[in-house]
Amino acid sequence: MNPAIRAPLLFGFVAVLMIGTGIVQGWNSALLILNMGLISAIMALGVNLQWGFAGLFNIGVMGFVALGGLAAVLVSTPPTPGAFAAGGWNILIGLTLGAATVVAAVLAQSRMQKGRLRTFTTLAILIVGFFVYRAVFDPGVDAIEAINPSVSGNIGGLNLPILLSWPVGGLLAGAAAWVIGKTALGLRSDYLAIATLGIAEIIIAVLKNEDWLSRGVKNVIGLPRPVPFEIELQQDPAFVERALSLGMNPVTASGIYTKLAYAGLFVVVLLILLWMAEKALNSPWGRMMRAIRDNETAARAMGKDVTARHLQIFILGSAICGIAGAMMTTLDGQLTPGSYQPLRFTFLVWVMVIVGGSGNNWGAVLGGILIWWLWVQVEPMGLALMQLLSSGLTDGSALQTRMIDAAAHMRLLTMGLLMLIVLRFSPRGLIPER
Amino acid sequence: MDFINAFVVLANFVIVPGLAYGAQLALGALGVTLIYGILRFSNFAHGDTMAFGTAITIIGTNALLALGITFGPLPTALLALPFGIAITCLLLLGTDWAVYKFYRTKKAAPVILVIVSMGVMFVMNGIVRFIIGVNDINFADGERFVVTARGFREATGLAEGLAIRTTQVITVVVALIAMALLFWFLNKTRTGKSMRAFSDNEDLALLSGINPDRVVMVTWMIVAALATTAGVLYGLDKSFKAFTYFQLLLPIFAAAIVGGLGNPLGAIAGGFVIAFSEVTVTYAWRRVVSYLLPEDMAPDGLLQLMSTDYKFAVSFAILIIVLLFKPTGLFKGQSV
Repeated sequence: MNPAIRAPLLFGFVAVLMIGTGIVQGWNSALLILNMGLISAIMALGVNLQWGFAGLFNIGVMGFVALGGLAAVLVSTPPTPGAFAAGGWNILIGLTLGAATVVAAVLAQSRMQKGRLRTFTTLAILIVGFFVYRAVFDPGVDAIEAINPSVSGNIGGLNLPILLSWPVGGLLAGAAAWVIGKTALGLRSDYLAIATLGIAEIIIAVLKNEDWLSRGVKNVIGLPRPVPFEIELQQDPAFVERALSLGMNPVTASGIYTKLAYAGLFVVVLLILLWMAEKALNSPWGRMMRAIRDNETAARAMGKDVTARHLQIFILGSAICGIAGAMMTTLDGQLTPGSYQPLRFTFLVWVMVIVGGSGNNWGAVLGGILIWWLWVQVEPMGLALMQLLSSGLTDGSALQTRMIDAAAHMRLLTMGLLMLIVLRFSPRGLIPER
Repeated sequence: MDFINAFVVLANFVIVPGLAYGAQLALGALGVTLIYGILRFSNFAHGDTMAFGTAITIIGTNALLALGITFGPLPTALLALPFGIAITCLLLLGTDWAVYKFYRTKKAAPVILVIVSMGVMFVMNGIVRFIIGVNDINFADGERFVVTARGFREATGLAEGLAIRTTQVITVVVALIAMALLFWFLNKTRTGKSMRAFSDNEDLALLSGINPDRVVMVTWMIVAALATTAGVLYGLDKSFKAFTYFQLLLPIFAAAIVGGLGNPLGAIAGGFVIAFSEVTVTYAWRRVVSYLLPEDMAPDGLLQLMSTDYKFAVSFAILIIVLLFKPTGLFKGQSV
């Protein structure tokens, strides 16, 4: 089919799905799915930048998303009283010393003559640096974590509007990507994959264990919101009157209102990023990226600095994932490090990109929303299917309970099968690259 | 200064657990490395293959227990292991036929195969959850200890005890047997030799009349055996949970890469390197050090370099260091 017709048709299909969900399951659930779908679409844009444009295999999306979430906490929560005075300087100086140790070790490696002396110096710098870092850093952590651990026990944030955390999340993720890219890019493609997989696990481990930073597994809840709370709307007489005049229940209406407000914010971000990605794709820079992707050696022979370009696009793509992560934490209103699962945050985004069409920004956006819809809906569908299949069995029999329990695990199976089928029969995805 | 007690503490908390964990990682890494050597891609579904094999073995164990069959002092799971291997073998051969074969005949780029293996990982993860659920399952039975801490203390009169669990001994013994069999197979049999030839130079191997389909089939069968054994040993030693097996992917890949991808000997060495570094870095050295130092110099802190939750960071750091300084791994592996 002509791609000029195909893409609008597919987007129309997604719109029909959303409207259908709204009619059948209520507008609140439809908007809930749409909002996460929009965020997923942004994540997919980021991965598409790395994989579709440049052929970089990043399976650490979860880590960058989580960094975005951390940014939301650090920017928007109020600072814990007395925390900075208690241990803030120790932590700041400790982290600086730690970074200085790594820099000194790298400098020693690159500046000194190769030989035994260099190895010894590097090792000495690292070992001494590590203990100095721990000696300065640990008291600060203990001091901060001792402050009222049941409600805070962390350093708190800057008390700024949470919307600011979106770009900050991008910056954090980009900075992390710079460190990873500097070490792992230029190695083989599957080494980059393993490296990103590892760094994602480490970021989650840091979020779970560094209680002074974001309370670890004790979670940060009740983040400020960029839109009004439902309860405030329900107590606002003007709003209640408007809702009633439209023939709606004020409680439902308040939910829809806030979700629509979020959706509006997300659409703005998505459109800006999509516009930028499209501009980038159709610019000389985008053509160069695709040339590098398709034939690295030839691009290098033309004088292109392949490693530097890879680093650039790796940082950009990861930053977009960080923005999406901050947006997601804003939407959730809480940061729960225990809920970051690689299957959900890394591999599902890959399914979105592959199914949508790698190399095509519109495809990534479509894949993001469509796959998210499917991810949410597969479980009830599976349950209905299992109930239908097991309806002939006696109620409460072991097999029937087993089948109905199994419906909860339909998601992974469906996603995997979908990905394999698309890769096999339509490897270019729903909206192929032009 | 009390070297003997220091050594006993060290053996109890570092050497014995490290050996067992290292053997499990080595078996896992051998599977990854074989697939890389013969089929030339990094198989991300390996952790879930291990989980599948273990799940089937658990089902077999339960069936045996229901029949009243046990393995005496040894875990019954060892009796069910061949059954688990056989079913995993069927699953892997089926996956190869349904999924990987298409890309192999098309000579798709390795990175495409990696992505395909991601899809397979999803499906296998789903299947494992279907058949066994997501709960923590402990399926070790039989005698728990070979040497108990108390028995050791009474027998030797030392202040510190040394406990060696049955599962730890079994892990090391079974792993040694599996490795010996693998190396015998690769070095002495005709099929094994043809596999090595295929791994070294595919074109030459094809030219000399080696049947590639047979090589691939045998590889998957060996991988099924290795993955199931590794998974069952890990599950006996700790416990079975689908998600932990997925997370094992990182240390296993680290072990395979540190040793040199495609090199079986390297995979074993890599497994132990990763295991011992994880254990030593996350171990609190206080007791060992306080035995070694004079009494008045005993340390205050735990002397733990990193908390145990950062064990991924350790395997990752070693991986990065090896990649930066010796990209082909400690033993010369392939580098495409």
